[in-house]
Amino acid sequence: MNLIDQHTKKIMEECKVRARAAGLTFDKETLEYIVTNKDMLELSPKVMIPTLYDYWLYDVEVLKEFGKYKLYPSNPYETVINSRPAISFYNDNNPDWMNIMIFYHVIAHIDFFQNNTLFEQTWNDDFVGVALADKRLIEEYRKKYGRWADYVIEFSRSIDNITGYFKSLSGLNYPGHLDPEEKVNYYFNTFLPDVLKKHDSEITKELDRYNTLIETSGKEAIEIFFREVRIKHPEFQAGFEKYEYDESPYHDVLLFIRDHSPFLKKEENGWMKSIITIIHNSAQYFAPQIRSKIANEGWASYWHDKLFISDNRIQGHESDYARLNAGVTSLSRVGLNPYAIGLRLYQYIEDMANKGKLSYNFQKIRSIEQRDAFNQHTGKGQDAIFEVRQKFSDFMFVNTFVDQDFVDKHSLFVVGKHLDEKKGVIEYYIKSKKAADYKKMLIDSLYHPPHIVINKELTTEKRLYLVHNFEGKQVYPAYIPDVLVGLEYLWGGEVKLETTEIIPEKENEEIVGYNYRTVMYSCKNKKVSKTIPKNGQ
Amino acid sequence: MESPEKNKNSSPPSHEEIMRRELEIIAGIRQGYLPPENLPGIYTKSDWNVLPGYFNLVPDYKTLLKSLEDLLDYDKKREEDGFPRRIRLGKLIKPSRNDKSKVVVVPTSTEPKFYHDDSITEDNEETTGGSGEGEEGEVIGQQQAQPQKGEGEGQGAGQGEGTDHDVSSEAFDLGKILTEKFSLPNLQNKGKKRAFSKYTYDLTDINRGFGQLLDKKATLKRIIETNILLGRIDKDKPFDPENLLIGPKDHVYRILSKEKDFETQAVVFFIRDYSGSMQGAPAETISTQHLFIYSWLMYQYQNNVQTRFILHDTGAKEVPDFYTYFQSQVAGGTRVAPAFQMALDIILKENLHKDFNIYIFYGTDGDDWDNDGKELKEVITTLLSLTNRIGITVAKNSWGGTGQTIVEKNMTDSGILLKYPKLIRLDSFDASGSNEDRIIEGIKKLVSDT
Repeated sequence: MNLIDQHTKKIMEECKVRARAAGLTFDKETLEYIVTNKDMLELSPKVMIPTLYDYWLYDVEVLKEFGKYKLYPSNPYETVINSRPAISFYNDNNPDWMNIMIFYHVIAHIDFFQNNTLFEQTWNDDFVGVALADKRLIEEYRKKYGRWADYVIEFSRSIDNITGYFKSLSGLNYPGHLDPEEKVNYYFNTFLPDVLKKHDSEITKELDRYNTLIETSGKEAIEIFFREVRIKHPEFQAGFEKYEYDESPYHDVLLFIRDHSPFLKKEENGWMKSIITIIHNSAQYFAPQIRSKIANEGWASYWHDKLFISDNRIQGHESDYARLNAGVTSLSRVGLNPYAIGLRLYQYIEDMANKGKLSYNFQKIRSIEQRDAFNQHTGKGQDAIFEVRQKFSDFMFVNTFVDQDFVDKHSLFVVGKHLDEKKGVIEYYIKSKKAADYKKMLIDSLYHPPHIVINKELTTEKRLYLVHNFEGKQVYPAYIPDVLVGLEYLWGGEVKLETTEIIPEKENEEIVGYNYRTVMYSCKNKKVSKTIPKNGQ
Repeated sequence: MESPEKNKNSSPPSHEEIMRRELEIIAGIRQGYLPPENLPGIYTKSDWNVLPGYFNLVPDYKTLLKSLEDLLDYDKKREEDGFPRRIRLGKLIKPSRNDKSKVVVVPTSTEPKFYHDDSITEDNEETTGGSGEGEEGEVIGQQQAQPQKGEGEGQGAGQGEGTDHDVSSEAFDLGKILTEKFSLPNLQNKGKKRAFSKYTYDLTDINRGFGQLLDKKATLKRIIETNILLGRIDKDKPFDPENLLIGPKDHVYRILSKEKDFETQAVVFFIRDYSGSMQGAPAETISTQHLFIYSWLMYQYQNNVQTRFILHDTGAKEVPDFYTYFQSQVAGGTRVAPAFQMALDIILKENLHKDFNIYIFYGTDGDDWDNDGKELKEVITTLLSLTNRIGITVAKNSWGGTGQTIVEKNMTDSGILLKYPKLIRLDSFDASGSNEDRIIEGIKKLVSDT
């Protein structure tokens, strides 16, 4: 892995100047490396982070990638990682004009990483550096505990997709310092009314006493106040501890296990918590990328197109570019291309906003002619797409802007397939040109892990109880036992998973309907069984 | 790990039901079934693969084989710790127009997590996006319902075609891994065989300076080597061959010599049921197992294995190579005896039992339209006197119930399994619940001496 040469770096820096002038914002420093295809294959299981922790199954993946490469030699083009400074990898032999296009694409990705709020949790650290420290720590543990370190990695990874990413994101800018302390909260909102069954008037009186105390003696008063409370009500402390447990996050299964597992609480197992934290944080780090594929690739495609065409350095390569660009951003006749859909959505939003169509006044209009003619010449197009780039995930992007006008404009449709028995072929046909159907199809194909949370009431020292909130799809059954066996190890006791199964109802081999039933998976002593609870069905 | 789903219906379907089912499947297949599809989705494309390539840098796969062994060692330790193994051996197959597809054996691993299962949803039909001209309901493309010859990637039958060279070199590596890492037993020779080698005289020995035949390629290599050592060739610059010096020992010749010519030591018959009922999991299981056995024997006999392949439905046919054997699509009904009869005929006609260790591996889903199995018993009994081992694998269909299949019943009733435990083995399991471990376990059962 070498840095790109000075000539190419100069091209990059010139691209940056032009991109900044166009309104993109990103850190001054970036690093560009030339890598071989072999480097790329070796990096791919590590999500292209060269310093990510080692893990033996990565090596298996690398071997598999080599085998694949033997059959399908392919040439990586460019890839960029969200680090500080942003690092991008290139193939050696790109000609200058192509590098200009690629660099614009990369710069737009960097802009997206550094401005889209989904990535907010990644803004403060240099992940490559953090990963290196983590890698070294894990290596230490591996030296000391051998393959047990790898088991902890494996079992943590088995649930690193259900870490409540959006929950933690939404709490990010919550002004927590304005909230009263948990103890105060519990005392006035739960303990007094629910446990001691005090009347409102008595609670108000107590509140007044508390407020006066704070005003006169400041923060230290809280300690004094609660010392008195504890003497008066010895049950307060136990109640508060239970309350704290109840209020602790239950949507982040991995962190819950780390903080509450009886097995991990044992002193000799403390090191495992560090590994869990590393796996958890790495997963959180990658979480925004997969949730912004269309928005991010669309953004990069929008900018490489816009900036490349206006770049005077490319004269003579317009048709080369057109061919290359068409390969990246053309809509598939059948299949989904995130580059193409994302690019067109941004262009569509820009056009709508320029005409003032992103407004209630426009939405009210029903007549097609009036809709077409509507133009308030607001010139807010650029502002609009920059706002989308800042605030939208794929789901919001698709859900908000895919409408009938967009679908019609680009002749989009949902493709269905059926079997023509006489001809012995599968036919792909246009199933629907309705925006609602197209939107649903897109949303259904977005990344969405199952929503699995802890049921705290049924979770004990000896049992971890997970509940899957059914959203129309069952959990892939073949993987359930393996995951549960790993979780049993981490919890040090039985693990249960309550989930819903879909059972197709058949008549003469034809599926006529679906039945749903609640099932319970239990894992005890590495044996997994499935039962149907009595209240199920 | 006990799969909770296994024991769902305990009453096995009647023989007529199985036969009817099979006929239905055949009818269904004639009409075509759905192939695996590879339509682009949102996450299939990424920056570094949307453009075609410029140079092909093929990494040296062989140098990594050692680390694969390390990984397998590591994987094996998992069993001691009571956790399931993670590495599976898969094969990647690249289809090609001229029917000479490549096969590469790769280790692969899955990472179990809680994922949504997209295969069952309320909307009966899988959909994707599209764009362009056309009205609702209009057909915009079609795809052959039956997978094309050698299409796709996977573990199964019906995929891939390769040159002989490709499969044997890969198979040898795989066989080594299987033998050493998955603890498959080593073979024992029957003992009564004649010497496995004979001598021939050929221009194979290499001699420098003089000899009968100048080896031009080797000579050129020597000359280049000499000149590099003399500093007359700079690796970065082109050179003029006229200026090269030729040393007296640079001429490489071939001379006549006595050669040990290894004879094939074993003949292996692979017999596979490819009747309608084999469709899906059973066919996949059997062909994977046979690939493993084939690989293992290639290793055991240092590539000196002759293989014969027989497919059967109601009749039997011999096919020329492993790939045809692998990829043949399911055909009609099921009769087992003709396949063994054919193996017997071949052995007797070509006098194979005089010179070779003979192995027969047979894979089926357990179905046989011959209810009594008399014919089968007769032909197998005859075969037993000629062969080292007959291994029968019954990979049951999930819809076949949990009882004994016809083949199992016929074999048990015949009593030969108990009478000749050293010569014939039978292993049966549920194909849909089988993984690679079970398949390898099956091989151990079939080939072990205990």
